[in-house]
Amino acid sequence: MEIALEAEQLGKRYGKSWALRDCSLRLPAGRIAALVGPNGAGKSTLLHLAVGLLKPDAGTIRVFGQSPYDNPAVLPEIGFVAQDTPLYRDFTAAELVHLGGRMNRRWDAALARDRLGQLGIPPRLPVGKLSGGQRAQVALALALAKRPRLLLLDEPVASLDPLARREFLQSLMGSVAESETTVLLSSHLLADLERTCDHLIVLNAAQVRLTGAVDDLVAAHRQLVGPRHDGRPVGGVAAVVRASHTDRQSTLLVRVDGPVNDPAWTVHDVGLEDVVLAYLADDAQQNRHSEWEVPA
Amino acid sequence: MIEFVLDGRSKVNTYVQLIQQVKQALRVGLLTPGDQLPKVRDVAQSLAINPNTVLKAYRELEIEGLVEGRPGVGTFIRRTLAGPSLANQAELREELVAWVHRARAAGLAPEDVTALVETTMRAALAAEASRGETVRAE
Repeated sequence: MEIALEAEQLGKRYGKSWALRDCSLRLPAGRIAALVGPNGAGKSTLLHLAVGLLKPDAGTIRVFGQSPYDNPAVLPEIGFVAQDTPLYRDFTAAELVHLGGRMNRRWDAALARDRLGQLGIPPRLPVGKLSGGQRAQVALALALAKRPRLLLLDEPVASLDPLARREFLQSLMGSVAESETTVLLSSHLLADLERTCDHLIVLNAAQVRLTGAVDDLVAAHRQLVGPRHDGRPVGGVAAVVRASHTDRQSTLLVRVDGPVNDPAWTVHDVGLEDVVLAYLADDAQQNRHSEWEVPA
Repeated sequence: MIEFVLDGRSKVNTYVQLIQQVKQALRVGLLTPGDQLPKVRDVAQSLAINPNTVLKAYRELEIEGLVEGRPGVGTFIRRTLAGPSLANQAELREELVAWVHRARAAGLAPEDVTALVETTMRAALAAEASRGETVRAE
């Protein structure tokens, strides 16, 4: 299995604080991966490291085996759309396609024109005058014209209305099906991710909390409902990710390593969204309790 | 050619939903051997879903022997799920429609009709099964 993106003990520091720390992950080629986490978790930092815009302060990051910061030869393999799709706003879409051809060794201008034509994007209007959805489509078309093997998208749909968001995801899924590009996209919109992504990276407070194939992750977690839990180990449960209690009942989201047969617990399957929320909420709660100096 | 639709609120896995729709279309004769399934790219784009999900569904159907993938061309139906019963369905349906009208005229609400059909079907199938066993025992 070819690895598109691999990080080992990766770290990046701004001043004294770590934006990313001890980050280890592997993204197999051909996957569509979701990068999720709250604001400030380190998502953009990870993407900037992957595209060689930042230099790691610790550990390594490799794209198809090469370090993107030290080895610009790998850059043609990477397409990157930064947050809020920055484009030269006074240029028209047609001019941007032409410009891309001058600045990239590998450039499929026909692909970009085809795509923008099908979407009905006006070619001779400055992109600053286009709608947010159209601008996002232009940025995606330009990134795809590089024919990248790894496509990195930082919050590509965050600022789009629901219709533009759906159209963006439609063109992304359609083009990925054709090109077999590996995709890593950061997003807050968990419902979209459940349909589009088959790989997951959860970042929280500068660290990787969870990563792997979505099917495996969903299969490895369950929700248990039962009488108030006193912390005793439950057969089949590898770890309790999140627990909430009333005076007589406990609800646990757990990682399992075998069947949970204890009759005291009712076992429910979980979805991707449940799993992600459990890993994010876990930390948020812990932090707040300690900040307010009250017991968890 | 069929078009897939997804039930966003359903807990059923996306790829399972695609499989179920193909099988349903095969059962009612909407798809027959030789028909082509929509291209992976088109399904991924129109539903905005991961192309790997579509591939997974098509692969599963291939393992079951229902479809075959022809590299570079597409995925085609190999065999049907519509049994010989398909021919009889129109006639049975007509009788059922007449019966539903009678049930409504007798004052049954739609829920009553459904409940009656379900309980009757359960009872009839159980009777059928036990009769089968007696025959075998003899």
